[in-house]
Amino acid sequence: MKPAPFKYYAPESLSEALDVLAQLGYDGKILAGGQSLIATMNFRMSQPAALVDLNNIKELFFIRPANDGGLSIGTMTRSSTVEHDKLVAKQSPLVAEAMPFIAHPQIRNRGTFGGAVAHADPAGQAPALVLALNAKLLLKKKGSERWFDADDFFMGPFTSVLEPDEMLVEIVLPPLPAHTGTAYKHVARQSGATSLVGCATVVKLDDKGRCSTAKMVLQSVGMTPFNAVQAAKLLIGQVPGEDIIRAAGEAASKEVDPGTDIHATEAYRRHLAGVLVRQTLNEAFTRAR
Amino acid sequence: MSDLYAIKLTVNGAVVEREVEGRLLLSDFLRHELCLTGTHVGCEHGVCGACTILFDGQPVRSCLMFAVQANRHEIRTVEGLGTMEHLHPLQEAFHEKHGLQCGFCTPGILMTMIPFVESHHNPTHEEIREALAGNICRCTGYEFIVDAVQLATQKMHAGMKIAEASIANAIQEKR
Amino acid sequence: MSTKVIGQRIKRNEDPQLLTGQALFTDDVQLSGMVHAAFLRSDHAHAMIKSIDTSVAKKRPGVLAVYTAEDFGDYWHVGPLQVPPPLAIPGAVFNARPLPPIAKDKVRFSGEPLAVVIAESRYIAEDALADILVELEPLKAITNLEKALEPGAPLLHDDLGTNLAADVRQEHGNYAEASAKADVVIKRRFHIDRGAAAAMENRGFVVDWDKRSRQMNVWSNCQAPIPLRNTIAANLGLTASQVRVITPFVGGGFGPKIMTSQAEDVLLPWIAMRLERPIKWIEDRRENFLATTSERDQIHDVEIALTKDGKILGFSDTFYHNTGAYDPYGMTVPLNTHTHTTGSYDIANFFTRVIMVFTNTMIVTPVRGAGRMYGVYIMERMLDIAAKQLKLSPVEIRQRNLIQSNQFPYKTGIIGQDFVENILDSGNYPATLQKAVEMIEYDKFVKEEQPRLRAEGKKVGIGVVCFVEGTAVGPYEGARVNVDGTGKVTVVTGISSQGQGHFTSFAQLVAEQVGVKVGDVRVITGDTGHFHWGAGTFASRGATVAGNAIYTAATKVRNKALDLASKVLETPLEELEIEDGVVRVADIPQKSISLGELATRANPMRGTIDPNMEPGLEATAFYGPPHGATGQGAVAMIVDVDPETYAVKIKRFVIVHDCGTVINPLILDGQIQGGVSMGIGNSYYEQIIYDGHGQVMNASLMDYLLPLSTDMPLKMELGHISTPSPLNPLGAKGVGEAGAIPTPAAFAQAMENALADEKIEILQSPLSQSIMWQMVQEKRK
Repeated sequence: MKPAPFKYYAPESLSEALDVLAQLGYDGKILAGGQSLIATMNFRMSQPAALVDLNNIKELFFIRPANDGGLSIGTMTRSSTVEHDKLVAKQSPLVAEAMPFIAHPQIRNRGTFGGAVAHADPAGQAPALVLALNAKLLLKKKGSERWFDADDFFMGPFTSVLEPDEMLVEIVLPPLPAHTGTAYKHVARQSGATSLVGCATVVKLDDKGRCSTAKMVLQSVGMTPFNAVQAAKLLIGQVPGEDIIRAAGEAASKEVDPGTDIHATEAYRRHLAGVLVRQTLNEAFTRAR
Repeated sequence: MSDLYAIKLTVNGAVVEREVEGRLLLSDFLRHELCLTGTHVGCEHGVCGACTILFDGQPVRSCLMFAVQANRHEIRTVEGLGTMEHLHPLQEAFHEKHGLQCGFCTPGILMTMIPFVESHHNPTHEEIREALAGNICRCTGYEFIVDAVQLATQKMHAGMKIAEASIANAIQEKR
Repeated sequence: MSTKVIGQRIKRNEDPQLLTGQALFTDDVQLSGMVHAAFLRSDHAHAMIKSIDTSVAKKRPGVLAVYTAEDFGDYWHVGPLQVPPPLAIPGAVFNARPLPPIAKDKVRFSGEPLAVVIAESRYIAEDALADILVELEPLKAITNLEKALEPGAPLLHDDLGTNLAADVRQEHGNYAEASAKADVVIKRRFHIDRGAAAAMENRGFVVDWDKRSRQMNVWSNCQAPIPLRNTIAANLGLTASQVRVITPFVGGGFGPKIMTSQAEDVLLPWIAMRLERPIKWIEDRRENFLATTSERDQIHDVEIALTKDGKILGFSDTFYHNTGAYDPYGMTVPLNTHTHTTGSYDIANFFTRVIMVFTNTMIVTPVRGAGRMYGVYIMERMLDIAAKQLKLSPVEIRQRNLIQSNQFPYKTGIIGQDFVENILDSGNYPATLQKAVEMIEYDKFVKEEQPRLRAEGKKVGIGVVCFVEGTAVGPYEGARVNVDGTGKVTVVTGISSQGQGHFTSFAQLVAEQVGVKVGDVRVITGDTGHFHWGAGTFASRGATVAGNAIYTAATKVRNKALDLASKVLETPLEELEIEDGVVRVADIPQKSISLGELATRANPMRGTIDPNMEPGLEATAFYGPPHGATGQGAVAMIVDVDPETYAVKIKRFVIVHDCGTVINPLILDGQIQGGVSMGIGNSYYEQIIYDGHGQVMNASLMDYLLPLSTDMPLKMELGHISTPSPLNPLGAKGVGEAGAIPTPAAFAQAMENALADEKIEILQSPLSQSIMWQMVQEKRK
């Protein structure tokens, strides 16, 4: 299992990288952490003509407070850095909670947060997290940039709005208002294995203890990270109790769109979606109070 | 032959300069260009962990990196731990507790656990198992590996100075 | 006798090399001018080969040669069969279809080699695979065992006219009569699916032909170096002495590395002679799923006949066994199922029939456990079902049927993989079960803990099963032990070693007899240049069969040393002792001579010797058992199933085992623990899944799940009972597969018990959380 030949570019700055990407067009492929890409290249399922390696671009490695009080993460920040970062733990406990479930430590030491988002794996944690947290994504190409809501970013399995010469540069996680609670859970066959289903949940309570916002984003139950809007609708305006949370779980179980594969049936995945929505809601509401 | 790229890196303390093809996997570079065959290759898709090395001090899969990416970085492989005569305390503990059978996965496990044993003084078995979960061993059933890691942390914690001396000895010997 | 070394918990001699990355594995062999091979493998499971055009591939820079079946001319041949047909069983039908090294005219499984590229690097060789143009005419593939035998099913071997590979029946007593008299007869059907050996080191092969010395050296991680040497020599018309097969350190075997008739074994030596360049082939992980043999895939129709108090009157099993596309390894796997079904129990009437079937899937050869666990699985499952029906506890029904200690040797009347009647040699079966029950505190769990935990909403369950492990089969192994002038000892044997600790356990056998330190015994395994008799490492036979040969050779060397010392020291034999490498007079310790000195004297360079003297402190010995020695044991485990997700935690795992004399308890524990982890994999994680077209759906470690540290119980509780085997001087029985054999059966029982409210019956293996959840939903409907 050896990769096919490719031309290798290792730009040292963002602008240089964007230049190279612009030149290469469809021939270019960004190499971030490479923990998914290089594996598929070794299988020769992916044979890019050229790789643009971002690992030497220091300006893409950062975690810092954003202007609006949120958190800004540079695309090349290693997953393990995000996992252990104090600012992340404080400002975005959902991310901190979910990171240890991404593969294994050696993969997180090399894999990057932005790479995992851009990879747009519907089974991945990072896409679900940015969707659940209403992240803003900064996309750049030579001579232009655009901001995208995570809600609009994912198009399908391993497909996003990113153009061939475009790069996800920065992920901004908006601040969590008071009385917000978050929770992450997943079910996998083994430690570090792909989520059979995962769920990242964010809820907010108003001053009367009613649920004012709810967002439950599920992994592995659709073509993109799945936003369980029907379940969320049931919760809005309600004081969360056992019945309504159970109903939300059941709604999620109905609205998700999973498939059957060698690890789990569609029906089992629906069941898990319901269980995880319920479990994460319980946890998140408790934390919101 | 596709293009060659000049790289310069530090491997087990020694500076290495080579020209490599862009696609050459770091695992193959270490094994076949540098003849450091202690790093083993079990799957080449990042699951088994046999090829784990320390890259700038952090355990990573050498099969999921290209050699060219190691340019200007520092690598440590199993050959950079102890010698047969002066084992590193972690290696010593694996010997003591029968933490290996065929030994194929062992170098990857050692390199995964080096930062762990250096930073954990008295880990629980659950913590050790979680840290080990990215390395597959088909022979042992893991229990004696867990025991070995536990023993190593105890030994290293109790006698940090002794451990350092043994590493220094080992390096001395290599030179 | 000198210090007791056998039975000591001694740390391994081989560890320092392995721990420092200094051990030589096959892929570590670097030879000057070495080139690399890669195989083009069929994407189709069943197809006619219309054409293969290698012209573009041959032109790629760095490519030396590309070969298809046609290019091998008359050299292309099928086979040989690696294991002979079961002629010893009356009425056995066996259709031999040995393996072609590379597909000619027709492809019969996905992954079958179509072409081989030799290039300056593996990277270039893989590039060239993409240059080869293959035109295949797909045929309908057959993967389903029963459908393969239906009229009109696609035929794998057209000349045969059927997909029936074998039909073998054996009966002890008379099942029909027994069932007619029974109070209860229970029938069930079981599906058991396929798993991989998945050694961490994939297969590898390096061949170097030296034209001037007319000598071929081969480094291979095979389990059978001597048969491989013989096959290569015979294929090429060389004498066996012209081929040296070396098995260096091997990264796990677990069965499939026993193969010696696959593409690399047959083709690469021929190519190396023509190209006059050393060739290396290292299998990659994807190939390991597509090109390495695997095991399982059986459907069993089972009946058990019992009295109302739970005594088994008879047992009947007719099963389909998938042999894959060819049957080069004969019937070893299903014959193991035959001999392990009645297992630990005294059953007077037993019928067993295997219908072996060709399908468009990978060839089936032994994988750790090798057919044994399926026999054990169906028996133990049927006992569980019977126990429920008869309102007995799982422990009681087993206790009522176990073979008792006074029944040995126990003749089963069933012929096994070694083509002789399976006779259980010794043991204390009730004691192993009792010990397992006590260790897990069965009664306390069932009466106190389980009700309490269930009241808390937990789903916890317990399973207790028994098993036998037929081991240490013939034909024979040999060894040569030599003391040289340094006083150090070298022992060589023909089997190869894959991590079982032979470099230490064999050294112990010699150290005790010859009176040296274990660290002063160098063990060489699997190098035909050193020792060229033997069959290989399989069927948990290394420590027992080779071990007894080594022990006997070492005893001879001891006697030789004492004889010579007696002359030199002018002291009667019985007054001498050997310790720490020195022979001395017991009462006058200063009157002594070192083994090194004796070795030098035993090999004089000038002068004369006694007419009958064989030079050197050296001896060779062989050991061949009349039939295998059978280990036995019991497993008890407790599982905790998440009531919502069905994720499983193994809370406790007890295994009690009797493998006779123990050579090294440390290595023994490791062997058992490793076997258990494979058993847990087979229970809940590992399954090679084929689609209806014969494609492997999970040919990677991302999708084929091997047990991780976090999947294992926190502690495996091991219990040992030792009933030495009367069959060999050491009293040893094998143990390599013990842990793998009972675990799926114990797991199923524990899961069923945990989900007792749901009243499910588990009739398949392996399981998963999705499968368990689906099973419960079906039952609730």
